[in-house]
Amino acid sequence: MAALGQVIRSEWTKIRSVRSTVWTLGIAAVLTIALGMLICILTNHDFQSMPARERLSFDATNISFSGMGLGQLAMIVFGVLVVSNEYSTGMIRASLAAVPQRGTFLFCKLLVATALVFVVGLATSFVAFFAGQAMLGDLRAHLGDPGVLRAVFGGGLYMTLIALFSMAVAVMLRSPMLSLGILMPFFFLISNILGNVSATRKVGRYLPDQAGSKIMQVVTPANSDVPYGPWGGLGIMIAWTVAALLGGYVLLKRRDA
Amino acid sequence: MIEAVGLTKRYGAKTAVYNLSFQVRPGTVTGFLGPNGSGKSTTMRMILGLDSPTSGHATIAGRPYRQLPNAPRQVGALLDAKAVHGGRSARQHLLSLAQLSGIPARRVDEVLGVVGLQDVAGRRSNGFSLGMGQRLGIAAALLGDPQVLLFDEPVNGLDPEGILWVRNLMKQLASEGRTVFVSSHLMSEMALTAEHLIVIGRGQLLANMSVKEFISANSADFARVRTPDTEPEQREKLTAALGEAGGQITPEPDGALRVTGLPLPRISDLAHAAEVRLWELSPHQASLEEAYMRMTQGAVDYRSTADARAGLQEAPAGYAPQGPVPQGYAGGPGHPAGQPGVPGQVPAGVPGQGQPNPYAQQAPGAVPGPGHPPPAPAQGHPYGAPESYGAPHPYGHQPAAPMPPATPVAPPAAPADQPTPHHEDAR
Repeated sequence: MAALGQVIRSEWTKIRSVRSTVWTLGIAAVLTIALGMLICILTNHDFQSMPARERLSFDATNISFSGMGLGQLAMIVFGVLVVSNEYSTGMIRASLAAVPQRGTFLFCKLLVATALVFVVGLATSFVAFFAGQAMLGDLRAHLGDPGVLRAVFGGGLYMTLIALFSMAVAVMLRSPMLSLGILMPFFFLISNILGNVSATRKVGRYLPDQAGSKIMQVVTPANSDVPYGPWGGLGIMIAWTVAALLGGYVLLKRRDA
Repeated sequence: MIEAVGLTKRYGAKTAVYNLSFQVRPGTVTGFLGPNGSGKSTTMRMILGLDSPTSGHATIAGRPYRQLPNAPRQVGALLDAKAVHGGRSARQHLLSLAQLSGIPARRVDEVLGVVGLQDVAGRRSNGFSLGMGQRLGIAAALLGDPQVLLFDEPVNGLDPEGILWVRNLMKQLASEGRTVFVSSHLMSEMALTAEHLIVIGRGQLLANMSVKEFISANSADFARVRTPDTEPEQREKLTAALGEAGGQITPEPDGALRVTGLPLPRISDLAHAAEVRLWELSPHQASLEEAYMRMTQGAVDYRSTADARAGLQEAPAGYAPQGPVPQGYAGGPGHPAGQPGVPGQVPAGVPGQGQPNPYAQQAPGAVPGPGHPPPAPAQGHPYGAPESYGAPHPYGHQPAAPMPPATPVAPPAAPADQPTPHHEDAR
């Protein structure tokens, strides 16, 4: 039985010895923070000209996470690469020969990558919040306000879950091109389209990113009829991730390497 | 000790490995030979527990790989030299593998030294040549100082110096009492490196014997005898005399005779007794590579009759395309020069005499496919040219067809039911 500690140490060596880790995580953080700040500045300018109804449901916290829609794409790339690199290089054979317990191998690999994403995601979320609030001037929210800490912490969780979901999908699909080709349009386009067309909105809100992003809202939009709260939304996202992980685990167990 | 018992792997309708049973013993280098696509890598992956066999099993030291305690310390493998993340340095790559198996980090520098990569250890491996990649792969296999080592095509892409190095390394590892299992598609390389050979073709076992046995069974000695060009009747006289004495005579295109089954002094005595002058009497050896190619092509032959015809067309094409030819006659002008080098027509008996070819490639220890007739052993090689002498060529009227490898694999069960027509045709 390969000891968990050994596999975890090895996975950490793998993750820190490739440049793509720094690039993808760095881009995710920078995009999320910078785009959030930019939108906060613009909102601060336009606030007086907004309709009263929108001003009432103004969510200073959520607006500082506006960059996450783009930043999450880099997180997806990270998640996919961490897993599919093993397959595209053929390293998976050496890895699985060294750790014949495939469940252990998968668990450790995802654990290391997820822990790293969680740290980066949480830091990104906090920085994005503070930087965004600094741009909002008088409109700013405070970490002590009701629901704000939950939203900021949730931002980190959201990024972590997006990455973990991507890893699980990559375990199932193995090919980086295939995984990215499905995940990127899914999160960047399809989810948005489904969520904005009235006929499909009720379906779209159960997609992992739409449900999960609810955790970052402090003020519920006025006309919202979403049937779940912030934690309920995160729960839906977790359910998606768990399902993908199970699928990946079963396939890895059964498949020839 | 590696043991495979009835190992079979099917991918859908395609059978990659069929009913493979063999043992790889410690203390010797065992060569695993077969043409590309014959199932060598699949077999190795099954031994390592990466692919699960459709039926049968493979064990190392009596246990399936996945149940070995601390497998990477007992078994090291090089499967694919390019299985390295190009952005990772050689040292980091080995370090991650070492950590995976709980091997101390200093061992990484040791193996880097062993394979001679210490100077480039910090470089990203996508700049590595194929040879450097092979060395890195070998280093990974050596990490755990394992007793059992598997190398899949370790000399691919290596320069001559590197090949020599790998050869010596394999021998050294074996001399330390380890089990060394090396695959290759190069017979010549294996003849120099391995002591024992396991030959497969199209996923089935063709031979399992020591290299010495393989050589004595396959690289048949023959004598080349040349009589004066100016006196063709002398040649026919000698052919008759040698034939009576039990030799097999194959005419060569340039007028010489290829004689097997008689030692050189005896040929000389016979010629003297028949009052035939000799211009040449020289000893020769058919190369192992030829023997190996015949053997592996035989595997294809064994699978499907259609293949066999295609194969038969190839060798005798220049010989006797139009029916009967008088025995001992070279087949007339028009033979391309260098014909004797074509594998398949090398040492073959004259079937008119109705006796088995003593040089038929099936040797003691050769393993016929279980439950199947062996691939036409002891009856003269199916590709042997002699059918065309003294007997109408059974396929003489057929158009030339491409070589067997182009044809699809028949299901492995099929050959059991199919007759091997060469036996009858040859008699």
